[in-house]
Amino acid sequence: MNTAAFIFIAVFTLAGALAAACLRKLIHAALCLVVAFLGLAAFYFLLGAEFVGLVQVFVYVGAVAVLIVFTILLTRREDEDAAGFNWSGVIVAVAVFAGLAWTILKTPSLAIIPAAIEPLTIKRIGEVLMTNYVWPLQCVGLLLTAALIGALVLVMEEKR
Amino acid sequence: MTGERVDQIFVVAKRWLLSFLNDSAPDWVNPIASSLINIAAVLGVFVVLFALISVLERKILGRIQNRYGPNRVGPFGLFQPIADGIKLLIKEDIVPARADKVVHFLAPIMMAAPAILALGVIPYGRNMTAFSIDGGILFFFAVGSATELAVFMAGWGSNNKFSMLGAMRAIAQMVSYELPLIITVLPVVMLVGSLSPDAIVDAQAGYSHGFAPRWFVFMPWGAAAFILFFVSGLVESNRTPFDVPEGESEIVAGHMTEYSGFKYAIFFLAEYFGMFAVSGLAVTLFLGGWHAPLPLLEFVPSYVWFFAKLAALLFVFIWIRGTLPRMRIDHIMSFAWKFMMPMAFTCILAAAVWHYQSHGWAGWLSSLGILLAVYFALSRFLKTGKNLAARTYRFAE
Repeated sequence: MNTAAFIFIAVFTLAGALAAACLRKLIHAALCLVVAFLGLAAFYFLLGAEFVGLVQVFVYVGAVAVLIVFTILLTRREDEDAAGFNWSGVIVAVAVFAGLAWTILKTPSLAIIPAAIEPLTIKRIGEVLMTNYVWPLQCVGLLLTAALIGALVLVMEEKR
Repeated sequence: MTGERVDQIFVVAKRWLLSFLNDSAPDWVNPIASSLINIAAVLGVFVVLFALISVLERKILGRIQNRYGPNRVGPFGLFQPIADGIKLLIKEDIVPARADKVVHFLAPIMMAAPAILALGVIPYGRNMTAFSIDGGILFFFAVGSATELAVFMAGWGSNNKFSMLGAMRAIAQMVSYELPLIITVLPVVMLVGSLSPDAIVDAQAGYSHGFAPRWFVFMPWGAAAFILFFVSGLVESNRTPFDVPEGESEIVAGHMTEYSGFKYAIFFLAEYFGMFAVSGLAVTLFLGGWHAPLPLLEFVPSYVWFFAKLAALLFVFIWIRGTLPRMRIDHIMSFAWKFMMPMAFTCILAAAVWHYQSHGWAGWLSSLGILLAVYFALSRFLKTGKNLAARTYRFAE
């Protein structure tokens, strides 16, 4: 059952990612990227990481995808046909993939069969975030707030 | 005990249906069959409710506007939705020649799917949650956030300026109001200590002093959060007075301009399902879910209470549509950022004060005090009476 689900999700995610890389129209590519995001979220669910899966959908489908789509819409004009096949991008992608695969395959802990871990509840994540990791959390919060205010200042209309 | 049996009648019925396949079927059949029954139940109930509400809305609007409303098909016009459905099914499905066919086709589906998924996590009665997960509230908002993408797909795929403008407006206001919508949920999640809708309903069980229900709407922070949540819900479901995305006097029908026939019906259905989902979540979070309002009314089955509260909220939706004029888009946006956001944050503060004064009268009064102080400070601070000049336009003459 789990293997079948894994194969199904893997095909789904890879198809989405491949379409995102190959499609001519940028908006289509962005929408196919959403499919890949959803596939990743499904993976997290399959692994029992419910919270991460939900946040993946929330942040990537709800915010990042909308952001990408709007960026394309507001910056590009009809010049999709001009874009040829970008070989340098392929080389970079293959290099990154090879590097990652090489590192993963060399990792010694991969051979060790992991002990059965109990599913992580959201309550537990909250407790850990508020006790052990409270300073990193606050720092990230401060950073994001600063980014938000900075973005607002950048786009704010100057008073005449 | 008959009362309990009536209360659990649907749970027992589901168990009876599942008992048909207990032998000879493999292990994985049972959970799938169980899920399918849940999906069928949710879809069936809400499609019927959609039909009923669509005719009821026209009836109530008719009453408000001093006319009859639909009254020809069936008794009191009750079969009107069936006639409408047949009409929409046999209408021609027009796709513009320059439209992006695939995106144009997928948009209504993408629109309806999140609304239906969001309905799954709401507890409709005792032991009656279709999809019970630990992070139900998070699930609700996670799938709900996909709606914006669907609106974009509809607007962009139609290749029409009205569609694109409508989609832009819809996304702008949905993104803005998603923040207050989620932040007003936080006090409830904070006090209950769980993201599961079932736990939130359980936390509102029981009665203080033997008669007053412990619903969160009866706390000052809960009442304020409920109102903010409801207003944000109005915006999220693109209802009057926030329906500028489909303002027919300016941009025809917004992102739905190029849709006809059954695809248009799917948009209509998605809008209503979204309305049901937001109202259902409001009932769950603030109005005690399926709990009865008085101890002596406990004998009424739990799902009856849930749907009674849902119907009351839906009536308010329709009532507002019948009475309020459409707001201007810049007013909607500044209202979200300048008023709704600070008030939503104040709700968290007020809830914390109430909690740390051990849920007593002192906490009740001081949380009310905080809310009123911020409310009056905001209304003073945001007073715009002094600059009532003619509006200047940047991109138009």
